[in-house]
Amino acid sequence: MIGVIARKEIRTLFDSPLAWIILAIFQVILAWIFLARLDAFLGVQARLQQLLNPPGVTEWIAAPLFSAAMMIFLMIIPLFTMRLVAEEVRNQTLTLLISAPISSSTIVLGKFLGLMTFLFCAMLLVLLMPLTLLLGGKLDFGLLASNFLGLLLASASFSALGLYVSSLTRYPFLAAAGGVGALLGLWAISFGTGKAGNVFHLVSPSAHFDNFNQGLINTGDIAYFLLFTFLFLTLSIWRLDRLK
Amino acid sequence: MMSDTSLLLQARGLHLCYGCHVAVENVSLELKRGEVLGLLGPNGAGKSSTMRMITGNIRPDSGKVSLCGIDLYDKPLQAKARLGYLPEVPPLYREMRVDDYLRFAAKLHGAKEIETAKQKCGLKEVGRRLIGSLSKGYQQRLGIAQAIVHDPEIVVLDEPTSGLDPNQIREIRALIREIGNSRGVILSTHILSEVESICDRVEILNHGKQVYSGKIEAKKGFIEAGFRNPPSIEEISGIEGIDKVEIGPGGLFLVHPRDGFDPTDTLIRFAQERNWGLQRINPASLEAFFAELTKEAP
Repeated sequence: MIGVIARKEIRTLFDSPLAWIILAIFQVILAWIFLARLDAFLGVQARLQQLLNPPGVTEWIAAPLFSAAMMIFLMIIPLFTMRLVAEEVRNQTLTLLISAPISSSTIVLGKFLGLMTFLFCAMLLVLLMPLTLLLGGKLDFGLLASNFLGLLLASASFSALGLYVSSLTRYPFLAAAGGVGALLGLWAISFGTGKAGNVFHLVSPSAHFDNFNQGLINTGDIAYFLLFTFLFLTLSIWRLDRLK
Repeated sequence: MMSDTSLLLQARGLHLCYGCHVAVENVSLELKRGEVLGLLGPNGAGKSSTMRMITGNIRPDSGKVSLCGIDLYDKPLQAKARLGYLPEVPPLYREMRVDDYLRFAAKLHGAKEIETAKQKCGLKEVGRRLIGSLSKGYQQRLGIAQAIVHDPEIVVLDEPTSGLDPNQIREIRALIREIGNSRGVILSTHILSEVESICDRVEILNHGKQVYSGKIEAKKGFIEAGFRNPPSIEEISGIEGIDKVEIGPGGLFLVHPRDGFDPTDTLIRFAQERNWGLQRINPASLEAFFAELTKEAP
């Protein structure tokens, strides 16, 4: 039953021009960053050779690319999540789901997995760019995997938060603004708070993503994103139960 | 299975408040198999709220609902599996195609087949169209199709004929009657002729309270009469076979006969003899009855 709802969400996303436009802009910006980093790398490649332990091509190009993708995801995921519940409440289509013999958790998980499938496709497109470098060199697949995992976990937590915000209002644009605001706030909360390890660093997704970005896979960071996702999915389920 | 029981839906003592405004107060309903129950009332009487409660869309502040003997609030998923619901605003995704939408609605209820519902609701020729581009009439019919696509035991329809033209209304009424013969239907409306033509029983709501509940025929016995020189109420109620007389809407007299009596002939004779100037006399319409029940308290 989760699959039925997820498939419907995927179809709705691929049917809507908004999703395609956002994906296209996303891809153009990342391609630009990719090419700019590649250009810079080719410029300094000769000098890097002289270093004792030079940064590799993956570190020089792929890591910044994934870091940029995370930032863009932070801003565009609320644009995808805004409709998930708010629009259904506004158009009174949520009645169809609530009157059907399915639970709130099925509805929430279906919508979440539908969006995650869509975002996963977008992430594969990001991954394709550094993979083209295999034509002319070698890649650090460990670092690439850690970045990909980090982006996947970050987007899951952003989607869960966006989904929850969407269930709080009947106005999709309010949901988008609230989602971007909350995510930017969480991202910025670790700025200027001194050394790593204080409470602000613990709650901010940026600090946890940075570890993945550098190739460090910590259980702590994985647990952070999983808990974040779990918390907001649970809150969404509660919220949906209250809407009845 | 509970399919042998004839009681499909039972609601007891439903109460609902929005903030400090009481929307529904102590409403109880029963629906048997093979029955079409009409919920009648002026706008804002609590019809839609009542329907949302019995379909599990809002929780009442107190009261119990059971569908086919299954408690709606204890075992919502099992109870809702017996239910098809068309809300006041049909829950349609405008960007979906008719066939895709119906297939989605069917799958949500664990059903697959959509052709029967499409055919019954006259949607055969619009299967590939986008829902947003359909006329209001087609959207309403799609809303009904969505409610019956999984062939539920209980069908709850909130103003099913709104936005339809007279021919479509006739078709949909026939369809509702057909569903009502083997299943149970609850429909709400403020069109009185609709109730007269398809409902077996009626519940009249006013200001969230049940003001009448029972068969429609039982209320058709009384007589409406208008005079140029109206006599006093006492003069009419003195006539043999008359139980009670009231002044109805437009200054008409509403005459309640005693059981088993038909005082029409006597009334006409008296009117002639005493020169009341009889203008009209007819069996009272449901309209008069409805107006009397739902009039504002003085």
